[in-house]
Amino acid sequence: SGINRLREVQDQKISNVLLCNMTERVSFWFVVTDSARNVTTVPGSEVEAAIRMNRNRINSAFLLTDNTLQFLKISSTLSPPIEPTVPVWVIVFGVVLCLVVAAILFLVVSGIRQRKKNNNESAETGDLEDKCDTPVTTENGIPCDILDLKAGQINGVYAADDERFTPL
Amino acid sequence: MEKPRPLWDNPLQFIFACISYAVGLGNVWRFPYLCQMYGGGGFLIPYLIMLIVEGMPLLYLELAVGQHMRQGSIGAWKIISPYLSGVGIASVVVSFFLSMYYNVINAWAFWYLFHSFQDPLPWASCPLNSNHTDYDEECAQTSSTQYFWYRNTLNISPSIEEYGSIQWEQAICLILAWLVVYLCILRGTESTGKVVYVTASLPYLVLIIYLIRGLTLHGAVNGLIYMFTPKLEQLANPKTWINAATQIFFSLGLGFGSLIAFASYNEPNNNCERHAIIISLINSSTSIFASIVTFSIYGFKATFNYENCLSKVILLLTNVFDLEEGALTADNLDSMKNYLTSTYPNQYAELLPQIKNCSLEAELDTAVQGTGLAFIVYSEAIKNMEVSQLYSVLYFIMLLMLGIGSMLGNTAAILTPLTDSKFLSTHLPKEVISGIVCFINCIVGLVFTMEAGNYWFDIFNDYAATLSLLLIVLVETIAVCYVYGLRRFEKDLLLMLGHKPNWYWKIMWAFASPVLIISLLIFYLTDYIRTGTLQYQAWDATQVFILLITFDQL
Repeated sequence: SGINRLREVQDQKISNVLLCNMTERVSFWFVVTDSARNVTTVPGSEVEAAIRMNRNRINSAFLLTDNTLQFLKISSTLSPPIEPTVPVWVIVFGVVLCLVVAAILFLVVSGIRQRKKNNNESAETGDLEDKCDTPVTTENGIPCDILDLKAGQINGVYAADDERFTPL
Repeated sequence: MEKPRPLWDNPLQFIFACISYAVGLGNVWRFPYLCQMYGGGGFLIPYLIMLIVEGMPLLYLELAVGQHMRQGSIGAWKIISPYLSGVGIASVVVSFFLSMYYNVINAWAFWYLFHSFQDPLPWASCPLNSNHTDYDEECAQTSSTQYFWYRNTLNISPSIEEYGSIQWEQAICLILAWLVVYLCILRGTESTGKVVYVTASLPYLVLIIYLIRGLTLHGAVNGLIYMFTPKLEQLANPKTWINAATQIFFSLGLGFGSLIAFASYNEPNNNCERHAIIISLINSSTSIFASIVTFSIYGFKATFNYENCLSKVILLLTNVFDLEEGALTADNLDSMKNYLTSTYPNQYAELLPQIKNCSLEAELDTAVQGTGLAFIVYSEAIKNMEVSQLYSVLYFIMLLMLGIGSMLGNTAAILTPLTDSKFLSTHLPKEVISGIVCFINCIVGLVFTMEAGNYWFDIFNDYAATLSLLLIVLVETIAVCYVYGLRRFEKDLLLMLGHKPNWYWKIMWAFASPVLIISLLIFYLTDYIRTGTLQYQAWDATQVFILLITFDQL
């Protein structure tokens, strides 16, 4: 019942408002006088230029926007999107590019170094075999450490089994 | 002394490599389109039937061949029969064509990814014209996302004859894309095996995030209902079955030689039968999963546009007929329109051309596939989400992972035969061979960065691989079953897996799959012959709609 009474009061208020001389929109003309000389007015072109430059401040003074506050003869310009000095995408691209090139160089250089080490090692084992200083385990003429088969099987018979050795 | 063949560290790397290769952009941008066009939920029936009849047997065949012969495609087919090494060479050539144009998609994904770090997103609003009084004309007539794709990204020319110049921004993105691919394949299986952990799993993570986000969007349910209501009458349409077969065929990536290459790095006793079933099931379920995400996004976009359209109509009617605020709502719009027509017939008739008939079905009906879906529709949906930068970054990283995963397979198909050949591998180290292949592909790929590049891309996408692959896989199946001999193949499988293949596999290999492929071939050939002059879609900047131009000058 409280709501109904409120609506009654509101309805009364609306119907008590009488309108006359309605225009399509709230509008007015204005001129700007020159404060130095009381009679003359500032020329229209100067006023237009000033409004164009300060459009944002005028809009916010009325709490309106370009769509709701219109100046005849001054077409509103749209605010351009903010563009940083260096485009963002170039920065991100540069970072990613540097990372990728660094990774490639690292892999290539480490691959070259690994290959040099392998060449040196095989040269060394070749020398050792000639000198017969240290016996290198070979299987079918290929040194075992170079083979390094992942699929190599551990022969269970030879696995260290403590129980088979007689304890001291 | 011979270096042993490099192997995957564990079977999981092999599975991830195959999934990463098979699950590609086609699962995201082609399957939802097919689902929508050919009967919604009902499309799953021919799709699953073709998966079991065609997809799994052919996948198993290729993996078994690669694993047993332990060579790339050229070497493997040479072992099967010396007269058939041409099949291997054909696979390498088709893979070469594919890798030429496919990496351009990764370049575009990089471009969009780099632009996602801006606030607001650059495709969220149109640029202004020269005197800042209004939006740029081309953009205002279409939409900001389409403008960003066709003008900012591609800078597309009106027809394929007008080449234009190479767009340096796209060119450097393409070079970056090839550098990333080179980084991943540099060390062969050693590096590829680690990379595929990421490229296979990250897309699923992003898809799950998008699923949660997509299902909670307003209007997503509309899209899902629209997609999954089965229109079973489409099952009578032969095109439905043909498209299901084609989609399974190309989605698994058969015939390129990539699967043979990946399988050749397996241990000899790897259970490729189980892996073939797992990979094909994961591939198909990813397609279905991705289409759920896509359709919730569609539903959101369609509902958003529909509600915008409605509110514009409501505003127009409220202003013209001086109605109270809130008198017109979406629910009573139709009844109020009838009331207004009867009360003010003259005014309403004047207003009629401006009142658009807003329809949710019309918005949902815009079925899109391909780059249009990935780069236009999705980016339009993303710009309307909150925290759009985050979703944009996630989405384009997912596209990149999918694209790079497929590129790894393509380049493996080219490089494995090259590194297997004694001549090349003795003279040049693996890194140099990979580098040369990437370099040649990159130089040729610069064609696609020209202003007319997207038209060339469409030609390659539509015609480079289709017929050749069907022929290659047909010859492969016949070669294994009849030239090499099904019994000999059975014995090889017994040696590798410990059991002979089921009667089901043998029937599929020997009869069902070849018949199916022959019918697909006949269909495509007759389709090409009947179409006559080929057409392509061009973007006209002055009138701004997509024209159909014929290829007669080519």
